Amino acid sequence: MSRSTIAIGRRGPARSYELVEAWGMAAGACSRVLRPRSVAEIAGVLEAARREGASVGLRGTGNSYGDASLNGAGHVLDLRRLNRILAFDRETGVVEAEPGVTIGELWKHVLPRGWWPRVVPGTMFPTLAGAAAMNVHGKNNYAVGTIGDAILDFDLVLPGGEVRTCSRTENSALFHAAIGGFGMLGVFSRLRLATKRVHSGDLEVRAIASRNLREMLEVMESRRSTADYLVGWVDCFPGGDASGRGLVHEARHLARGEDPDPAETLRLSHQDLPRSILGVFPKSEVWRVLRRFNRDLGMRAINAVKYWAGRFAALGEPFRQPLAAFSFLLDYVPNWKWSYGRAEGHGLIQVQSFLPAAAAHDVFLELLARSRRADLVPYLGVMKRHRPDPFLLTHGLDGWSLALDFKVTPARRAALWRHGAELTRIVLDAGGRFYLAKDLVLAPADVRRMYGPDALARFLSLKRELDPGSVLQTDLWRRLFPAAGQSSTGE
Amino acid sequence: MDGEASGERGAVRRAIVVGASSGIGEALVRVLAGAGWRVGAVARRGERLEALAAAGGPGAVFPRVHDIADAAAAAAVFEELVRALGGLDLLIYAAGILLPVAEDQFDTAVDLDMLAVNAAGCIAWGNPAAAYFRSRRAGTIVGISSVAGDRGRRGNPVYGASKAAMDHYLEALRNRLTVHGVHVCTIRPGFVDTAMTKGKEGLFWLISAEEAARRILAAVESGAQVRYVPRRWFWVGLVIRCLPSFLFRRLSV
Repeated sequence: MSRSTIAIGRRGPARSYELVEAWGMAAGACSRVLRPRSVAEIAGVLEAARREGASVGLRGTGNSYGDASLNGAGHVLDLRRLNRILAFDRETGVVEAEPGVTIGELWKHVLPRGWWPRVVPGTMFPTLAGAAAMNVHGKNNYAVGTIGDAILDFDLVLPGGEVRTCSRTENSALFHAAIGGFGMLGVFSRLRLATKRVHSGDLEVRAIASRNLREMLEVMESRRSTADYLVGWVDCFPGGDASGRGLVHEARHLARGEDPDPAETLRLSHQDLPRSILGVFPKSEVWRVLRRFNRDLGMRAINAVKYWAGRFAALGEPFRQPLAAFSFLLDYVPNWKWSYGRAEGHGLIQVQSFLPAAAAHDVFLELLARSRRADLVPYLGVMKRHRPDPFLLTHGLDGWSLALDFKVTPARRAALWRHGAELTRIVLDAGGRFYLAKDLVLAPADVRRMYGPDALARFLSLKRELDPGSVLQTDLWRRLFPAAGQSSTGE
Repeated sequence: MDGEASGERGAVRRAIVVGASSGIGEALVRVLAGAGWRVGAVARRGERLEALAAAGGPGAVFPRVHDIADAAAAAAVFEELVRALGGLDLLIYAAGILLPVAEDQFDTAVDLDMLAVNAAGCIAWGNPAAAYFRSRRAGTIVGISSVAGDRGRRGNPVYGASKAAMDHYLEALRNRLTVHGVHVCTIRPGFVDTAMTKGKEGLFWLISAEEAARRILAAVESGAQVRYVPRRWFWVGLVIRCLPSFLFRRLSV
């Protein structure tokens, strides 16, 4: 009989068939997932898709809250296995990396050498390509811009297979469109970005309590010119005079000489997030405890305790905190999202509204009040300050954003989506914007309003030019741009 | 706490049986189809699958001809079947071959054939199922191993080794996947009246393939992790595993 073939020859990228989920678990679709290990394999997948008339959605570590990396109508291209750091210049801090390198892998590479990424989001798990495609920002957005502002150049594999190098001077239009282009124009295959010189692995952090939203905005505004990082945590439960109360955290990098032993604080061991609480309780199990509180009453209590504990702590002196601990607060509790439930139909969505500075206070109060009235109180609210950036589809503006986490259950899903539409209308009426990395509720008309017809037309014209067969698609793309060539069959 | 199998909420439960053209696998397809499952039946011999499909009634059995030794193709066939079935709740790996090996025979080609079907095939099908079920946070993987995997017996070294590899692999999958809501069940049948045992001497406690299939599915439903079929083989397995080497070497089992 002799038909033994124990070793299988690798034919193209690894593949599997899986439920591909939104990070917030409130959406998902089964797809073939392809995991290339080289640029040639990326091009091969795109070519096969063109040939078969299939569509491909790009995905890194799947940290977008919504459907930005899902493709229920086609395949998913997972870039995580292209994860080498190709070069790092110790003199200039410029790093060159493959698309699947994560923010965590990046800072762990550069920090011991005295550098830190210019822009990091609130979690270290996203990939560089994902961060570029969504043009993510951090707690220093008002000062240094988005991650796109830190990117020097990149290679983009176009849907037709050609690789195009883009920078501010070379293919400048594509450079500014692919950053923030949510993976619709091409596949990042190499990125070069600038990092920042640091003289310590610690930040000086100060907490300031604010009794309501007005106070929070004033505190943050007054520190905007001096702080390197600013973030506000908002307790969304109380109404009236206490609406929007919370804690502001301000941080600044230490100047040369302020840290007596930078060699020590720059070490990765100094940055490690502890694995257990008080040395005993494993943090990987904390979500099970949070699960018990994950309902209105429990979260109201947790928010209140956090606020009052913060008010007392805020009376103290500024303190020093490792860069990673301050930057990646979300990563402190592994899989905290599981506290929202792991059964089908359970999860969370985030609505992050960006508003021009003048309108922000009143509109945010209105969003909070309506959420309380609808009995859909967000369990977490986060305030940040922003500035405009030069990218074609951008959420950046001179103003503020408030990110609200809403719990999704099958029973309240319909009501929540209606509520989301209502909040969206209020924000857009005030000249606001939204952020596609977070979104699961916007409709096509909302996108036209927030980007304006001009930017949108330029983006769609690029899409038609570079991807005439609509090979690159996601659930997000089909949800927001249903008219723009949904057909993946014809070229 | 939220780990109920997704299939139990839906109207139809869906299974894939690999190695469905004869023996325990064929019986499993019949019993599952009879209990209202939608079953993807995978095997090399197409005409036997067609007969199974015809017997199962309309829409119950989805035959798919596939050579288990072609491990590279397994992921694609798995995806095709899951799409056709409209999802998946249960994968049973029932493919297995036992090739006769003489006392003085050390034939690599024969041995690797057994390893390819019994062990490599189980991995080639177990892996895509593991990825799928893990992502769904639900599902069951069943491997039909053997009491022969308990110890290194003199009779057929690689048949036993292939079943031991399967046991080890399934145990590791179980340890990986339990936290993700996936159930992995190892079945160790004793003597079952199939082509594999036909004409062999010294058989005892022989049960029919259909009887074995019913007991296997009962074990799966009960949430068993490792189950001897019939259960009394557990005691045989226990004794065999506990025998010291110097004694075991002298026995002719």
